[in-house]
Amino acid sequence: MTEPIEEVQDSVQRVARGEAFLDVRDLKVHFPTDDGVVKSVDGISFKLERGKTLGIVGESGSGKSVTSLSIMGLHPPGVARISGEIFLDGQDLVQASREEVRLLRGKRMAMIFQDPLSAMHPFYTVGHQIIEAYRVHNKVSKQVAKKHAIEMLDRVGIPQPDRRVDSYPHQFSGGMRQRAMIAMALSCDPDLLIADEPTTALDVTVQAQILDLIRDLQREFNSAVIIITHDLGVVAELADDIQVMYAGRAAEYGTAEEIFDEPQHPYTWGLLGSMPRIDRERSERLIPIKGTPPSLINVPTGCAFNPRCNYAHLNGGASETDRPELLDTGNGHMVACHLSPQNRQQAWETDIKPKL
Amino acid sequence: MTTTDAESTPAVPKIGEEILSVTSLVKHFPIRKGVLQRQVGAVQAVDGLTFNVTRGETLSLVGESGCGKTTTGRLLTRLLEPTSGEIVFEGRDISHLREGQMRPLRRDVQMIFQDPYGSLNPRHTVGKIVGAPFKLQHVKTEHGVKKAVQELLELVGLSPEHYNRYPHEFSGGQRQRIGIARTLALRPKLIVADEPVSALDVSIQAQVVNLLEDLQEEFDLTYVMIAHDLSVVRHVSDRVAVMYLGKIVELADRVDLYEKPMHPYTVALLSAVPVPDTKRKAKQERIRLQGDVPSPINPPPACRFHTRCWKAQDICKAVEPPLVELAPGHQTACHFPENQGTETPAAAVDQAKS
Repeated sequence: MTEPIEEVQDSVQRVARGEAFLDVRDLKVHFPTDDGVVKSVDGISFKLERGKTLGIVGESGSGKSVTSLSIMGLHPPGVARISGEIFLDGQDLVQASREEVRLLRGKRMAMIFQDPLSAMHPFYTVGHQIIEAYRVHNKVSKQVAKKHAIEMLDRVGIPQPDRRVDSYPHQFSGGMRQRAMIAMALSCDPDLLIADEPTTALDVTVQAQILDLIRDLQREFNSAVIIITHDLGVVAELADDIQVMYAGRAAEYGTAEEIFDEPQHPYTWGLLGSMPRIDRERSERLIPIKGTPPSLINVPTGCAFNPRCNYAHLNGGASETDRPELLDTGNGHMVACHLSPQNRQQAWETDIKPKL
Repeated sequence: MTTTDAESTPAVPKIGEEILSVTSLVKHFPIRKGVLQRQVGAVQAVDGLTFNVTRGETLSLVGESGCGKTTTGRLLTRLLEPTSGEIVFEGRDISHLREGQMRPLRRDVQMIFQDPYGSLNPRHTVGKIVGAPFKLQHVKTEHGVKKAVQELLELVGLSPEHYNRYPHEFSGGQRQRIGIARTLALRPKLIVADEPVSALDVSIQAQVVNLLEDLQEEFDLTYVMIAHDLSVVRHVSDRVAVMYLGKIVELADRVDLYEKPMHPYTVALLSAVPVPDTKRKAKQERIRLQGDVPSPINPPPACRFHTRCWKAQDICKAVEPPLVELAPGHQTACHFPENQGTETPAAAVDQAKS
C-alpha cells in the first residue's frame, strides 16, 4: 500500500485532471457469434471514487457481469471485442497488455464471484490459494504469507482460522466459502473491489453477515466497491450510487436515494413494482413488466425497452426510432428516456408512486 | 386472497375444510459405510412435522437451505416415502402407498419444480410435455389431447402455436409457464410448488406470482409453497410455517407471523431481509446470527436453534420446546418467545411440561 500522503497527492492530481479513481468511458463489449454480434455492453460510462460504492442493477443478460469482467481484464483474448476506455487511477486498462493487467489484479483490483465453489480450485487448500495470490504481489516467505492468510481468514470471521487454513473448499459451507473468497480478494488490500452477486447463492441470515462484512471492510480499507446484483434490497443496503442497466446500456444513474425515492425511468419503475415489499403494506397484486428481456443479438431499435414500456406511445414514435441518450436531469441524476419531463412527472405522480 | 372470499363451486367440496393433514412426519436418510453398508448415521432431513392444509389456502414453508423444506414437499407428493408419520390426503392415508396405488392420486396432487431448465425434457416438444399427464392417466378429453394442451398453454399465457416447439426455444419465465401448464393439465386439487419463482428475473417473477394467484382463484387450488424469499412468501401466503433443521419452529397466519413473530429464529430471519429503502439503512436494527446452520446429521439436542440463539438458556439445551399455540392460530416452539400477548414465558414452559 502507498503512503497516505502520496495517495492524497495522487488523487489531488487526478481530480485536477478531472479524472475519477475508476473512470469508465463509453465501454462496449461485443461478442461475435455464428448467429450475429451479441452486444452485451453497448456504451456505458461511469465514475467511482475511493471509499464509495457503486451498485449495478439489472436482470440477467443486461450486461452487468460482462462490464465487471472487462474491468478485471478477464475476457479471453480474441473472444470479445472491447472498445472504449477504462481508467483505473489514470491507467487505461483497455490498452494495457495482458501482463500489465495481470499485475494489477489482486493488488489494485480484486473480484468476489457469485459461486465460490466454481471460483476456487477444488484441488488446493483454501490457505494455499490465498498464499499464492499474496506471494505474487509481495516478496515474502511462505511462512509469512501463511500467517497473513490466517489473519485474513480470521478477519472475515472464519472460526479456528489456524486449522481451517488447511481445509479444502469442499469442506467449507456455502457462507464460509464466500468468506474465504472475500479473504482471498482482500489479501492484498485492493483499491477496487468488484462483487458480482456476492450473496445470491446464500441464505438470508448469511447474506446479512456477508453484506455487513463487505461494508466493514470497505470502511477499513477505503476501497472503491462495485456491487453487481439483481436484488434491489442488497444495493439499497450498500450502494452510494446506482446504475440501472437494461440490454447492455445504462437506463438510469443516480444516488441510491434518487433511484429509490424519485426513480425516473419506466424500467426502474417496473423493477420496483415487480418486487413484493416486506417493509410496506401488502399489495393485492404485483405490477410486473410485460414481455421478456430482449435478445442481445437483436436489440429493439430505438429505446431497447420500448416493447415493454407502458409510456412509449407518448413520445410520438421517437421510442421506436431513436436511441435515447443518458442525460442529466439536474444534480447528476441521469436517465435515458424520451419522455418529456412533464409526462414523466405526471406518470410518476399518478400511476407509479401511489402503487409502490 | 383469503379462504373466505374465494368462491366455491358445487362440484368441489367446501372451501375451508381440511385437504391434507400431516402428523409427526419423519424422513431420515440413512448414511451407510463399509463393505457391509452398515448404517452409521442418518441425515435427519425432516424430523416430526405436524400441520394441516385447508382447501383453497396457500401454506408456505420457509427456511434456510438444509432445513428440510424441499424434502417435505417431496414427501407430500410421495416422491419420497416417509420414515414414519402419517400423511392423510382427503381422508386417506397415503404415507406408505405403493407406486401403483399412488398413481390415481397423482391427478389430485401435483408439483411445480424450481428449475425450469431441469424439469422439462429437452427432447420432447411442448405438446408432448404438457400432454403427458393425459396419456399417463388415460384421460380422454372432449376434443382430443392437442386441443386440451393448447387451451392449457393459453391459460398460462403462452401461445397455442407453441405446441410443436422445444423447451430450449423458450426463456426461463416461459419454461416455468410450461411447467405450470403441465401441472394444471389434470385439474389437481393440491399443488406443491417448490421455489416456483426463485430462478426467475424480478420482472418475470412478478408475472408468474400473479399467474399462480389467478389460477388459484379460477380453479380453487390449494398451494403448498416452498420458498426462501420472505418478501415473496408474504405476498402469496395465507399461512406460513418456518422450518429450522427439520422441524417447524413457528406456524401462523401471514399477518401474525410478519407483524408479531414469536420465535427468535423468525425474528432474526425477518430482520435479515434486505429492504429496498435507503432511509432505513441507518436505523434498521439487525439481529446478526452467528455461524451457519448446524448439520442435520448431528443436530443440536433439545431446541435445535439454541446454538445460534441469543436468548438461549440452560433449559433450551435440555428440554425440547414443543410446538404450542400461544395465540389463536399462532404456534411456536420456543421456551422464551418474543412478542407475546397475555401468556408469560413461565406459563408456556408449564404448558410444555404438562
